[in-house]
Amino acid sequence: MAIIRSRLMTTTTNNKEEILIIKEQDVVPLRNRVRDYGVKVGMSILNQTKLITATSELVRNLLKYGGGGKVVIESVSNGRDNGVRVTFIDNGPGIPDITLAMKDGYSTGKSLGLGLPGTKRLVNEFDIKTELGNGTTVTITKWKNG
Amino acid sequence: MQNNVLSSLKEHENKLLTIWSQLLLENGSTDGITEEEESKEFTSLLLDALRISNGNNQESEEFEKVHDLLIGISSSRAKRGFSPRENAQYLISFKEAASQILSELERDPVKLYDANLILGSVIDNMTIMTFEAYMKGREDVISRQIDEISEISTPVIRVWDGVVALPIIGTLDSSRTQVVMENLLQQIVDTGSSIAILDISGVPAVDSLVAQHLIKTVSATRLMGAECIISGIRPEIAQTVVHLGIDLTGIITKASLASALQTAFDMLQLTVVKRK
Repeated sequence: MAIIRSRLMTTTTNNKEEILIIKEQDVVPLRNRVRDYGVKVGMSILNQTKLITATSELVRNLLKYGGGGKVVIESVSNGRDNGVRVTFIDNGPGIPDITLAMKDGYSTGKSLGLGLPGTKRLVNEFDIKTELGNGTTVTITKWKNG
Repeated sequence: MQNNVLSSLKEHENKLLTIWSQLLLENGSTDGITEEEESKEFTSLLLDALRISNGNNQESEEFEKVHDLLIGISSSRAKRGFSPRENAQYLISFKEAASQILSELERDPVKLYDANLILGSVIDNMTIMTFEAYMKGREDVISRQIDEISEISTPVIRVWDGVVALPIIGTLDSSRTQVVMENLLQQIVDTGSSIAILDISGVPAVDSLVAQHLIKTVSATRLMGAECIISGIRPEIAQTVVHLGIDLTGIITKASLASALQTAFDMLQLTVVKRK
C-alpha cells in the first residue's frame, strides 16, 4: 500500500518591510508602498485595488481604535503563486466581541461598520488575533491570481 | 574667566574672514559673492560680542544681535536650497578659521585650550540655533505648499446652466470632505444649480470611510434641493465597492463625466442636436 504524503503548504517570505503608523498622514505613503509590492509581484489592477482598499480600511482601524501601531508588508510565495501579506499590529484596547465586530453594519464608532467584514471579502486570507487590553493583530494576504 | 586672546581676535578680523571664506569655498558650502556681505557682518558682530563679553555671557545684547543675524542667514540659506550639512558647515568652518588664528596668537596651551573651549561652546550653541532656523525655513515652505494645494484641490466648475461639477483628486479624508462639501453647497446656492456632479476619477481607492463621506455629501446636496450624480467610477473601484458591501443604490452613479452630463441634460429636458 502506497502512502501518499501530502506536502504541507509553506509560504516563504521574499521581501519584508516595517512601517510605523502614528498619524493620518502616514496612511497615503503606506498605501503607496503596498501598491509597489503589488506591482512587483505582478498583480492585476483589480487585485491591487482590492489590496489597497483592504489596507486602507485596516490602517484606519489601527489609527482610530488602536491609537496607531506598526504595519509589516511582505511579499510572499507559496510555490504556486506569489502574493503580498500585510500585518497590522497595535497595542490598543483590543476587541471585546470579535464575532460582533466581524458582522456587517456593526460599529462602535460612527462608521458604516464594513471595515472588518468588508476587508475579509476583499482578500484571500484573513486572520485576526485580539486580546483585551493587549492590542489587536490583523494579517491579510492577497495572492496574485487570487 | 578672563580670556584676552578671544578679545584680541577682533584685531585680526580681516585675516579670519579670508581664511573662513577660503574654507567655505573649499568644501563648497557657499554660493560665493552673495554671501560675502552677510559673512562680513556676522564676523564683525560676533567678534565684537566676544570682545565685550569675553564669551562668558551668551545672553548679552551683543550676542542677541549676532543670533538675530544668524537666524536670518540660516532661513535665507534654507530657502535658497542649501542642505542641512552645508548649513552646519558654514559655522563649523568659522570655528576652524578662528581656531587657526587663536593658535597663532596664543602660545600658552592652557590659555589656548580655554579660549577654544569658550569658542566651541559659543559656536555649538549657534549651530543648534542655525539648525532650528533652517528647519523653520523649510517648514514655512511646506506650510505654504499645503495652503496652495488645499486651495487648488477643490474647484467647482459650472459646466452648464444649472449644472456644477466637482472633480475630486487624491484621498478624501474628513477635513477634505468638509472643504469639498462647503464649496459644493455654496456653489449650488451661488449659481442656482439643480444638479451637481461629483467626479471621483482621481480618487485612488474608495474604502468605507470615503464612501461614507460621499454619501454624506450627496445627502447634504439633496437637502439643498439639488440632485447629485457621482461619476468616474472605474471598473476596479466598482468591484471593490461591491465586495466591501457598500450600499450606493440610492445614488445615481456613472462611469464617466460625459455620461453624467448626459444624465444631467436628460433631467433638465435638454437635447444636444448636431447642426445640419
